[in-house]
Amino acid sequence: MIPIDVIEKTAETLMDKAAIEIPDDYLEGLKAAASVEDGDLSSFVLQAMLENYKAAKEDRRAMCGDTGTPRWYVKMGNETQVEGGPVALEAALRRATAAATNGVPLRPNRVHPLWRTDHDNNVGIGAPEIEYGYEPGGEWIDLITVHKGGLFGTDYRMLFPSDGIQGIKRFFLDSLVAFGKRGLACQPAIIGIGLGGCKDTCMVLGKRAACLRTVGDRNTDPKIAELELEFTELGNSIGMGAMGFVGKSMVIDTHIEVGYCHTGGMQMSVHAFCLSSRRAVARVFADGRVEHRTDPEWFTDYQRRETVEWEMPASHEKSA
Amino acid sequence: MGNARKPREIRLSTTPTAEALAELRLGDIVYLDGLMYTAREGVYKRALEDKANIPLQLPSQSAANFHCSPAARINPDGSFEMGAVTATASFRFAKWLPEWLAKSGARLVIGKGGMSSKDYKDYFVPNGAIYLSTVGYGTGALLGRGVENVEAVHWNEELGLAQAMWVIRCNRMGPFIVASDLDGNCLFERENQRISENLHKAYEGTRPATLKRFGETDDKSDELIG
Repeated sequence: MIPIDVIEKTAETLMDKAAIEIPDDYLEGLKAAASVEDGDLSSFVLQAMLENYKAAKEDRRAMCGDTGTPRWYVKMGNETQVEGGPVALEAALRRATAAATNGVPLRPNRVHPLWRTDHDNNVGIGAPEIEYGYEPGGEWIDLITVHKGGLFGTDYRMLFPSDGIQGIKRFFLDSLVAFGKRGLACQPAIIGIGLGGCKDTCMVLGKRAACLRTVGDRNTDPKIAELELEFTELGNSIGMGAMGFVGKSMVIDTHIEVGYCHTGGMQMSVHAFCLSSRRAVARVFADGRVEHRTDPEWFTDYQRRETVEWEMPASHEKSA
Repeated sequence: MGNARKPREIRLSTTPTAEALAELRLGDIVYLDGLMYTAREGVYKRALEDKANIPLQLPSQSAANFHCSPAARINPDGSFEMGAVTATASFRFAKWLPEWLAKSGARLVIGKGGMSSKDYKDYFVPNGAIYLSTVGYGTGALLGRGVENVEAVHWNEELGLAQAMWVIRCNRMGPFIVASDLDGNCLFERENQRISENLHKAYEGTRPATLKRFGETDDKSDELIG
């Protein structure tokens, strides 16, 4: 049984870390981009961002004033039980979100879409989002918070098999150029692409691809992995950089996730995870132990399974 | 970094003289000193549509309008805690800005993404105003360091923390980039023009979508925001 007070306390810590500490994988990716950028203004912007990450950590203040829309991804091993059950778990995550909004402080971004009511705590109808995943074996719970920023950099389009890879590339470029102008997408970013599924799942896949995979991680399908590398290079070849200035840094990495779709279609979504790629992760065990990390490790073989039944690969059986 | 040249850096008052503004060139880096206030759709609606009295002497106290909602809180004792400050995209406020500039006398509009050169020429230039863009976007922690003091927050009860009018005393707050000049030239349009000349190379071999969408443009040089 996972103690609920440890979940709430850990969740508050994660809110703080996500807002303040740029994850190492993204930081290294941005440093690499800064080292080759030769556009005068783009280069200035990247250097300023690197200074900004340092200032945020030194001062323990949020790295960006727009602290995004906090959300939770929760994953559990199959044997996990949470003290108080799922309702207590959701209450703990909502409390941690509200407390950290006031504590860090974060910007209270969440408002009612029509009445613009602001509870000043990032909690409201459907906010924060809490999504779930499960893994075979184990008694642990992964708490992952992502504070994705921005109103720009995300798009969806229904493509068809006849559009092919060249159609996918076209929509990828369209999205980068449209949202890259004036830097609305807060690039260079990790770009997530969702392919297939249904419209809603396509969006979910693309968002998770952007927010739940680290820089340098490749899809386990070697052909998709190759596409990821190709798209990163393509995105960095359009002549645009940070803030939409002349440059060559648009994409820090590309992550593609797929889901089986309707036989007539090829849904595509694009998501840009901004310059402040806010994500923080911790695993809580039944004995109250907490392990922090920055890699969500969301996309396992189990999450990407395509068969009816699931058999644990031999290599995993021992640890399970 | 590659072979990039370092841009020019300038300190500027939030109640700048016309001469100081005339000195600025597109792409200059600016650091601000003096009082600055946040105002976005909530403040514009309340001041311009609901005709509420603006709780600040404008432009004598401040001629710097920041399109910003800070990550901040009001403490139980009435003091303020401001962590990071970052701008929000300005093009969405074009509807209110002509009247706001005339009424407030703002000379500096600070935000994200800038406006179109048409906006600059139509109502920035006649009001002697220029646009400063934040950098990044998202140098929120650096800008937060430039906040010497939070002087007041107005209309918090009516508009909420994010839309309220925050009055900030800046001390070398920055960096900001000069995105328009007194002639109404636009930095982002200049950059977009340079980029779109070569865009066709990246698009080479790609395929337009089989199913078109209404209301779209396929003109890659289109500014999209106007």
